[in-house]
Amino acid sequence: MKHKKRKNIFVYTVLIIMAFIMVLPFIWTILTAFKTQSEALQVPPQILPSSWSLRNFKAVMEVLPFGKFFVNTFLMILFRVLGSVFFSALAGYAFARLVFPGKNVLFAIILLQMMVPGQIFILPQYMIVSKLAWLNSIKALVLPGIVSTFGTFLMRQFFMGLPRDLEEAAVLDGCSIWKTFWKIMLPLTKPGLVSVGIFTALFAWKDLLWPLIVNMSIDKMTLSTGLVNLMGQYSVDYPQLMAGSLIAILPMLILFLFFQKQFVEGIATSGTKG
Amino acid sequence: MIRKKKVKNPRLTLTKRNINAWGYAYLFIAPTLIGVLVLNLWGIIQSIYYSFHEVKGFNDPEFIGLENYVRLFSDGEVFRALKNILVYAAITVPIGVTLSLLLAVLLNAKIKGKGLFRCIYFLPVVSAPAAVVLVWKWLYNKDFGLINQVLETFHISGPDWLGSGSIAMVSVAIVGIWSMLGYNMILLLAGLQEVPKELYEAAEIDGGGAVQKFLKITVPLISPTLFFVIVTTIINALQVFDTIFMMFKTSSPAFSAVESIVYLFYRYTFTNYNKGYGSAIVVLLFVIIMAITGVQLKLQKKWVHYND
Repeated sequence: MKHKKRKNIFVYTVLIIMAFIMVLPFIWTILTAFKTQSEALQVPPQILPSSWSLRNFKAVMEVLPFGKFFVNTFLMILFRVLGSVFFSALAGYAFARLVFPGKNVLFAIILLQMMVPGQIFILPQYMIVSKLAWLNSIKALVLPGIVSTFGTFLMRQFFMGLPRDLEEAAVLDGCSIWKTFWKIMLPLTKPGLVSVGIFTALFAWKDLLWPLIVNMSIDKMTLSTGLVNLMGQYSVDYPQLMAGSLIAILPMLILFLFFQKQFVEGIATSGTKG
Repeated sequence: MIRKKKVKNPRLTLTKRNINAWGYAYLFIAPTLIGVLVLNLWGIIQSIYYSFHEVKGFNDPEFIGLENYVRLFSDGEVFRALKNILVYAAITVPIGVTLSLLLAVLLNAKIKGKGLFRCIYFLPVVSAPAAVVLVWKWLYNKDFGLINQVLETFHISGPDWLGSGSIAMVSVAIVGIWSMLGYNMILLLAGLQEVPKELYEAAEIDGGGAVQKFLKITVPLISPTLFFVIVTTIINALQVFDTIFMMFKTSSPAFSAVESIVYLFYRYTFTNYNKGYGSAIVVLLFVIIMAITGVQLKLQKKWVHYND
């Protein structure tokens, strides 16, 4: 019993120290975002701001259109999620359940894409976007993420795990392939769809290089590239920089707090199914 | 993964009904396949093509044979960038994976507040790197950053985290580890939850200690997940860009100690407008990562225990 108690103290100590390290940068960001420049530069540091005024947030929003950045980021994520979830479900179903010539070769192409480092696509994709005259548009932000090979792979795994008799019954009832897929099979893969959606959203949210390259004009930037811009303008005003960072952290953080279970399960499936 | 071909699959013969079914199948895979062919496969071919050309601005590429590659293999900057990403991987992979495994094992025990801990460790994963890096830049600030201020209270004068070449890569690595810890932990935790509890009970009856249980039961049984985590962490480490791009200007004194291959690729392709040479750099990265993937597929069969 005593041994167990000592072990527990060890476990909680490690967990709490690690939690503290993980969360401290966030806390410091929040505290700094409310300070004045001179409060932030106190030695030794002043922990709490003397007033909880929103002036840094207002100042940052005046310099750069963070509302627009948010809308651009939101639209990029929305269209990427809709596209990749729907197309991955379709392709995943075909690779899992339908029989057709060339299936193995075509699936190998999908697998190959997953293994290749993404940077090799960037210049050719940029050339395509610029030839289409799509630079500085939402379309440009969406394009590389409109389909997802990882999503296809994940959905294939999901469909393969479903019992076959459901489909056989549907076929006997005279359902077309489309109807079998849409009405019977698709509703059963909801966790898979959520997983693909979360992955796509998270990946798009964290992407910096692509939006940096294609959308240089201020009103088409994402939150991430907006921050790069802010950093260029205010390289030393840390309270304002932290206010900007906080604006760019909050949306996904709030989404995560609401859909924690789905996030965690979505990530977990990618390891066990992949 | 790929099923053996049956001798004669009746659904692969040319009948009206089958052709109809194939039509559906091709229609289903068409959007994804077209996307992959145009955006990705074509991209690989195009990048390789550019790497044998001189591409300046939007002029037509001019064929120059192996010139870019000859330059690549005698370019000190490329070797330096290769060394930098290897150092980065050598720091982040062992420490990052060990820490995430430790956290996963601890969280897998019966403890209170499991959900809260998991949530906290996961926070950096949902934060955009651009924002995270700005935050760390502030923490690392030589004179006013929190880290050096705390060190000061213990009468330690903190280093110039981002300004000194000898420590800059460590600073980048710390951010890397902090950012990925939660992600890998979730993957490993999922692997751990599939280990049957009876195995531990059996080991307890045999009198095995915690360390022995960990090495004899946990590690072999989660080896597929662990292997997956290690390989993806290595591959991601070699592609590091965001942190370095946000933290260091090319004029920074520590720049040469942290510049990565992707950063070098970015600079040549999008700021120096030497797309041909930039492409040769990215092809080099492609070859390295494909080689690692190849080795992974081979090794996987050797030491990973799959129980199905």
